[in-house]
Amino acid sequence: MSLFSKENGAVFTGPLNLNNPIAVQVLGICSALAVTSQLKPAIVMGLSVTVITAFSNVIISLIRKTIPNRIRIIVQLVVVAALVTIVSNILKAYVYDVSVQLSVYVGLIITNCILMGRLEAFAMQNGPWESFLDGVGNGLGYAFVLVVVGIVREILGFGTLLGFQIIPDSAYIDNGGLYINNGMMTMPAMALILVACFIWVHRAVNKEENK
Amino acid sequence: MEHFISLFVRSIFVDNMIFAFFLGMCSYLAVSKTVKTSLGLGIAVTFVLLITVPVDYLLQTKVLADGALAEGVDLTFLAFILFIAVIAAMVQLVEMIVEKFSPSLYNALGIFLPLIAVNCAIMGASLFMQQRILLDPETSTQAIGGVGDCIAYALGSGIGWTLAIVGLAAIREKMAYSDVPKPLQGLGITFITVGLMAMAFMCFSGLKL
Repeated sequence: MSLFSKENGAVFTGPLNLNNPIAVQVLGICSALAVTSQLKPAIVMGLSVTVITAFSNVIISLIRKTIPNRIRIIVQLVVVAALVTIVSNILKAYVYDVSVQLSVYVGLIITNCILMGRLEAFAMQNGPWESFLDGVGNGLGYAFVLVVVGIVREILGFGTLLGFQIIPDSAYIDNGGLYINNGMMTMPAMALILVACFIWVHRAVNKEENK
Repeated sequence: MEHFISLFVRSIFVDNMIFAFFLGMCSYLAVSKTVKTSLGLGIAVTFVLLITVPVDYLLQTKVLADGALAEGVDLTFLAFILFIAVIAAMVQLVEMIVEKFSPSLYNALGIFLPLIAVNCAIMGASLFMQQRILLDPETSTQAIGGVGDCIAYALGSGIGWTLAIVGLAAIREKMAYSDVPKPLQGLGITFITVGLMAMAFMCFSGLKL
């Protein structure tokens, strides 16, 4: 089987849309909601999860035949925890401000259901290369939702995007304009409602395929 | 005593695990279909929190912290692995105890009991506890400075989580009779419900104790 065969392509692109981890499989909701009040932490979180899913999938897939079935959950947790520790220290070293913003949610990648779900459902049965593609695909599918929600919340909540001013200063009510930032968007409650809207649109668009 | 009560009440209403931090969302959404099972899961989560947070606190202060084990040894980078190991072991232990002493509760909880190990609320509580040790108890009502504080925090967080899941289950039981747009059914409308509940809980954020 070639490295980029059609089956492998489907493994990679499936989670991006039709089998999206958040909108369809309902995995990894906690962190998706908590880190999306601005775009930058959302991107960093999405990338971290992608890297961890891909490599934990590869590692578990390589040793899947030697793991005794009874203790597999603990083995998986230890592999994931080790990878998360590495990523957390890298974030602290290179993007300290984002790592402070993400606070406990980096550590909580360990208990992110996407990881355990993919390890159990895919990496335990498939070879390393397919598992790698599956991990990257699921990580990017997760990152995609984070980025969409992050963009909406940052523009409407702060009037900025990645820290750059998008809404012109003159439009604000303080400067004689008519616009005011929507403080609700920075609150946790709006994240839930935005994700609900995302799922609504996603299901309405993919109605035929889901049947 | 005042500090215990303030920590306890704050962790139920203001720093609610679900509505303020979205922790334990996966099982929260999956299990909240009937009030009875959600109550059982809520109690189990509270129980596991009550054991793991104090144990992780002792590990953090007596073993992992800078200079706790020996001069110049800082093991805090091991915190993630050690915390998750404690949680997995405790869940296993709780499972065995419940099976031995109360088979009826064990059967009622079923698969949800072992799944508590990967509930973010449990891990999240330990990680928040780790951050709050650094706070100054004189100025912050959120500071955790001893095993007693840990118990108050864990109990409050667990009760807050239980309150949230039982409330959502009750709403979802009623919502079965409502006419929801097709693509929004199931997951979508549940999210919106949780969002509205979170907005209601935001009223508590000004609470001063």
